[in-house]
Parts: sequence; structure tokens; C-alpha cells
Amino acid sequence: MTNFDINNIMETIQMIKVHHLDIRTVTLALSLRDCVSTDIKETGDKIHEKILRYAKNLSRYAEDIENEFSIPIINKRIAVTPISIIGEAAKDMDYVYLAQVLDDAARQVNVDFLGGFSALVEKGCTKGDIALISSIPEALKKTERVCSSVNLATSKAGINMNAVSKMGEIIKRAAELTSDKDGLGAAKLVCFCNSVSDNPFMAGAYCGINEPECALNIGVSGPGVVKWAVQNTSKDADLGEISNVIKKTAFKITTTGELIGRELASRLAIPFGVIDLSLAPTPAENDSVAGIFKAMGLEQAGAHGTTAALAMLNDAVKKGGTMASSYVGGLSGAFIPVSEDAEMMEAAELGALTIDKLEAMTCVCSVGLDMIAITGDTPTTTLSGIIADEMAIGMINKKTTAVRIIPVPNKKEGDKAVFGGLMGEAPIISVNKFSSADFINRGGRIPAPIHSLNN
Amino acid sequence: MNTQKIIITISGLDKVGIVASVAATLTALQINIEDIKQTIMQDHFVMVMLCDISKTEKSFKELKDEITKCAENLGMEAWIQRKEIFDKMHTI
Repeated sequence: MTNFDINNIMETIQMIKVHHLDIRTVTLALSLRDCVSTDIKETGDKIHEKILRYAKNLSRYAEDIENEFSIPIINKRIAVTPISIIGEAAKDMDYVYLAQVLDDAARQVNVDFLGGFSALVEKGCTKGDIALISSIPEALKKTERVCSSVNLATSKAGINMNAVSKMGEIIKRAAELTSDKDGLGAAKLVCFCNSVSDNPFMAGAYCGINEPECALNIGVSGPGVVKWAVQNTSKDADLGEISNVIKKTAFKITTTGELIGRELASRLAIPFGVIDLSLAPTPAENDSVAGIFKAMGLEQAGAHGTTAALAMLNDAVKKGGTMASSYVGGLSGAFIPVSEDAEMMEAAELGALTIDKLEAMTCVCSVGLDMIAITGDTPTTTLSGIIADEMAIGMINKKTTAVRIIPVPNKKEGDKAVFGGLMGEAPIISVNKFSSADFINRGGRIPAPIHSLNN
Repeated sequence: MNTQKIIITISGLDKVGIVASVAATLTALQINIEDIKQTIMQDHFVMVMLCDISKTEKSFKELKDEITKCAENLGMEAWIQRKEIFDKMHTI
């Protein structure tokens, strides 16, 4: 084919150069199931050797491809089998040691984050799960690149309220142990309902036990490109037209992501896994999901109508993306992290966006309450109450939801938490002051919901 | 093969000698020009070249650096990309 259209070429360049089209992450999912040993040191050695063997060229090849296609690949990451399973056979279940091994390997292969310091406990905990969860605060303090996630609920098993209660304490402790960095530890820790085993995005990426030996999963991005496309429609375009424009844009973003993913997987000689369609914002100007709401006609994110706008956005992205690729997976929804999205931050500062509105928005998009900063003196039972509500939304609606909330030590409402880099900064927002304690302290498991009588 | 095709996009203020300078650089790199299109967009001169890099002995990074340097000397901006990104993005 020697034909080329100069307008298409200029559009592509403009999408990358002006509107922040990028590959948000290339994530190597790697099974560590063969690293189990009764000796924790041997487990660590096997993990280290395997990560280096598979990931040694990840960053370098990703940089080559960035160069050849002139499209930025923002993050290079690794997701491993939930470590609770891998460390459990050892006589000395020293999970902090395993976290340090993972961190060291991640540093050596030059990836930004490594996910999978995780446990799946929706129905109950094993000994390894309990040991891992208890070690999370210290593990996140002593490591730089390790991310942790705990699945607390599914639509099939219900909500493990004992674990929800425990995670309230763990999140608070993780924030306290990293108080010098505004509680950064809690920003690397996420609680899930219906977690996804091929998700390439952090902090929730892990390589599920049902996944192959290894695979390369891709997360694309492009809130800025979608906003640009919406802005370019006429002012009186109806929402059906807007939806169509978003679908076309999502198609373009996804085909590009799959091209890059397949090229990198082929150079690494590993299978291509999935492409995750999630629109992931960054703190950069014009790379904001909230900016899309504004382009649609809402004064600020959080104004009445925001949930409807998000529902349409999320659905249109999926429709365009699934047309572009047969292997769509991961979370594939819009992310609405407060600290990582400049215009979400602005809306929260203005009081347009409250935690209650954010919770409502998570009913129609993906990942849930994400990167929300609250006061450090929030009771752990209130944290657990926030988690329980979000788990319930996921469980009943048969979708993934999550909570990544940071009780910022020594800060009050109206202060600002600064996490730096892609994690951005966030105003401390208020939570409900009434107690959830007696409800949370009951513990037990909220039974799985009935899957008929859908109202 | 398609993987040997690249698109070079040069943009900036129009002036004498853009095509000649870029073509000379490409000749030195043993890169064949298969097609050229030019237009004016928002007062900027834009030239897009479809090229074949199968004969060059340089790495992609080296040829990209040389073409970028040539454009910079002309006060222009250059984008050098493998052609597949455009084919994928704009074709169903």
C-alpha cells in the first residue's frame, strides 16, 4: 500500500503531540506459581531469577517501539501471581521479605511498578492471606515500586466483612507508616470487588491463577483525545452524535494500542494478552476525564448529570474499543481518580465533587473510589464503611469496583496531599461524620446476592 | 514489506530548500522516497514523505536523529514514524 492521506497523518500526530494520546502502560503478566518453596529464601531467589529472565528486555524494547512509532509509552510494569499464594508454603511466611525481593527485581529491570502483592479473600482467608494482609503496611513502607491489592468481595461469594474491617485498619496503618510522604503507602494499596486477573493498571494489577505463564497486557489512554473530539462536534450536536464521536475516537486509540502491544509482545517472544480500554487521566493539562464532562456541557465534574455523562462515555468507549480489537479485557472502564486528574481535583476543591457523588459515579464506570484523600484521623471503621459500600455496588451490579483511599496523616479538610508524579495531588475532602463502627464490628460475610429478580 | 515503510512529516514555516535538504539527508542514509505530498495547514507548510528504509544500514534511532537534526537546521519540526500506526488507526 503506497497510498497515504495527509489529513490522517496530521490527525495522528496532533492526537499524540497536542492531546496526549499515549500507551499508558505495558504490563508483563507473569505467573510465579513455579516459585513456591518451603524455604522462603529459596522462594525469593526463584522469584528474582524468573522476573529478571522474563522482564530483562521489557523496558528497552518498549523504548525502541516508542521511538519507532513516536508514541509515548508512559509506564512499564509487571504483574505477578498473588503473592499470598506463593509465600504460603514456606515455613517462615516472611511476606515483607518477598515484597523486598519483588521491589529489587522491579528496580533491576527498570519497571515503574510491580503489582501482585495481593490476596483474594472474598470468601475467607487462608493462613498465607492473613500473613500477607498483616504485612502490607510494612511492605509498602519498605518498598518503592511494589503495589498491593486485596479482593474482598465478588458477586458469587458476597462480601467478606471480616476482611473489610481488617482492611480499614491496614489502610490507615499503611498511611501512617508513610506519613512523611502524605500517606503514599495507601496510594499503592487497593481493595477490590470482582477483581480482574488480567488488569494491566496499578495499583490493582496482578496475574490471576487462571492466566497463562506470561502475557503482555496493554493499557491505552486518551482522555485528552476524546475531549478534543467532543469539543470538535457542533455545539448543538445531540448526545447520540457525541456518543458516536467517542466510539470513533476509542476505535483509533484501541487500534494503536493493539499495534504497539502486539509489536512489543512479538519482540519479547511472549503472547499478547489483552488491551484494556480504560480512559486513564494524568495530572497533565487537557488529559482529564473531568474535562470530557465539561466538553459535553457540564460546568464541573460532579454537577447533576455527571453520572449520566460518565455512563455514556464509558459505554461508548467500550463499543468503539471492542470494534477495534477482539482481545479487550482488564478493567475497561473510565477511571475517575481525584488526585491524578487536574480537573477532578479542581472540582473537588470547588466542592462540586463530593465523596457521595464519586460513589454514585462508580455505579456506571469502572474502578471505584480512586485516589481520594481524606483526613488522617478518620476512624478505621469509617474507612471500612466506605469500602463496604463500594464492594456492595460491585457485588450487586456484577462489575469491578475498588477503593483506593488515603487517610492523609496530620492533614485536615481543605489541606492538600501531594503524592508526586503521576499520582498527583489531592485536596482533603470530607467524609460522613456519623459512626459505622457497630455495623462494621459485626463482621461475618454479607451473602452473595440473588441473580434474578433484577430490580 | 510494510515494516520497512516510514512516514516522515516535516512542518514549519515555508522557505527555500526544504525538499532539497531533506532529500539530501535521505540519500546519504540510503532511504528511498516513494511519494511526497505537501500542503499548507494553519499557515504552516507541511510535507509528508513515504519512504522505504530497507536499504539503510543505520538503526531506526540513528536515522531518526539525523532526519530530526536536518529539520532542526531548517527551523522545522520532523516526525518519523513507521507507517503501520497510520494504517491501523485510520482503516477499519
